[in-house]
Amino acid sequence: MAAIAGRGPTDSPIRSSLRDPRFWLLVATAALTIIDGYLIFVVAPTDQVLGHIQRIFYIHVPISILSFLGFLVCAVAGIGYLIRRGEVWDRVAHAAAEVGVVFVTLALVTGVIWARPVWGVWWTWEPRLTTTLILWLIYVAYLMIRHYAPTAQQGRAWSAVVGIIGFVDVPIVYYSVQWWRSIHPVQVIGPEAADDALEPIMARILVFSLVAALALFSYLLLERVALRGAEDAVSAIRRQGTYD
Amino acid sequence: MRLLSATLAIAWKDVRLEIRSRDTVVSALIFGLIVVVVFNFGLNRTPGSLAPAAPGLLWVAYGFVGVLAMNRAFAREQEQGALDGLLAAPVSRDAVFLGKMLGTLAFMLVIEGVLLPVFAVMLDLPALSPTLGLIILLATIGFATVGTFFAAIAAQTRSREILLPVLFFPVIVPVIIAAVEATALVLQGGPMQAVWTRWLPLLVVFDALFLVICPWIFGYVFEG
Repeated sequence: MAAIAGRGPTDSPIRSSLRDPRFWLLVATAALTIIDGYLIFVVAPTDQVLGHIQRIFYIHVPISILSFLGFLVCAVAGIGYLIRRGEVWDRVAHAAAEVGVVFVTLALVTGVIWARPVWGVWWTWEPRLTTTLILWLIYVAYLMIRHYAPTAQQGRAWSAVVGIIGFVDVPIVYYSVQWWRSIHPVQVIGPEAADDALEPIMARILVFSLVAALALFSYLLLERVALRGAEDAVSAIRRQGTYD
Repeated sequence: MRLLSATLAIAWKDVRLEIRSRDTVVSALIFGLIVVVVFNFGLNRTPGSLAPAAPGLLWVAYGFVGVLAMNRAFAREQEQGALDGLLAAPVSRDAVFLGKMLGTLAFMLVIEGVLLPVFAVMLDLPALSPTLGLIILLATIGFATVGTFFAAIAAQTRSREILLPVLFFPVIVPVIIAAVEATALVLQGGPMQAVWTRWLPLLVVFDALFLVICPWIFGYVFEG
């Protein structure tokens, strides 16, 4: 609660936010996102085969990758919480899972929007899609378990173990789904096909988009961790009537 | 072998409870039958055999029945503070986990064993195959391990009936895939190479992994 303690009566909210690294991260994220939008919609060449719909790829791929990062952070912070018992570990794990679920939801939505014109169907039981959907289900269950836990401490411990189990399970799900589909081959142009035909300029814009998405991811994560800290402080005040 | 004797004592307690009351096994058997009857109306649109859908049906029914059995396994401990007694017993958490898991495994195998010939008649399957028995055993170990772990969490919440399947099914997807694919290959009676080189090893790896992880983190389930 350094931000609150440090703000004297003469300190304006603007000046205190200028000292907050999150503010500058937000500014950087906004700038990167605007530039990224320009790169995607103006600079990037239109795909000869797929047309404009291919541009969704610059959004879809980075957020898919970062959702995995979110779940990795969630599992590592969950292990950290179980060993170290610091509440900050739990805040990071919870925030990472929330941001991961938001990102993986967006990845599914953009994937569906892309699939309809390109593959002719909204959804196909292709290995990556199927794995992503199961990943989504596991981490929605992760968020549910915090909600259903009778006490906050149980919620923290349970979600940590679910985060660990979920993360261990994901590679097995991926390989089993791939084997399942290789037994019944279906004619689907996988996302791999798009990767091969990548122009250098497209690859560079993709990397830039990844950096922009990483900035957004980091900002959301830090903001959510801070918000969780504030929430915990508020509930502590409610419980005890004081905040020390 | 204190761990082994404690484990067996806890498992035997559950089995004896079930032999005396018979409430889980009977209701689970009837439920398994109902699943097949309902799916019959869902899938069997043209008169004929349900045989092509049989492997999927079998494992959907086993999965649903399994969730029912696992929910019961820990719901029972919640009654009259039995769980506190179990946790206060001077045995390790590993023994508690393995005991509950073995009890659930025994229930599920009995239910599956009784349902299998019934399904074989209804779905017109050649059900008597040692390979199929091995598939059922390995897949059920995976079900019981992950299911017992999540049932211990779900039983302590307000809404255990919904929370257990929501936690259980996404994690168990690899087992369902492997079991359905291997069962289909066995029932087709064709070349079974993929069963031995792919699906059974997948089941073994899944079982081994979760048999290590679940007891390891089981203690955290009973916090607070």
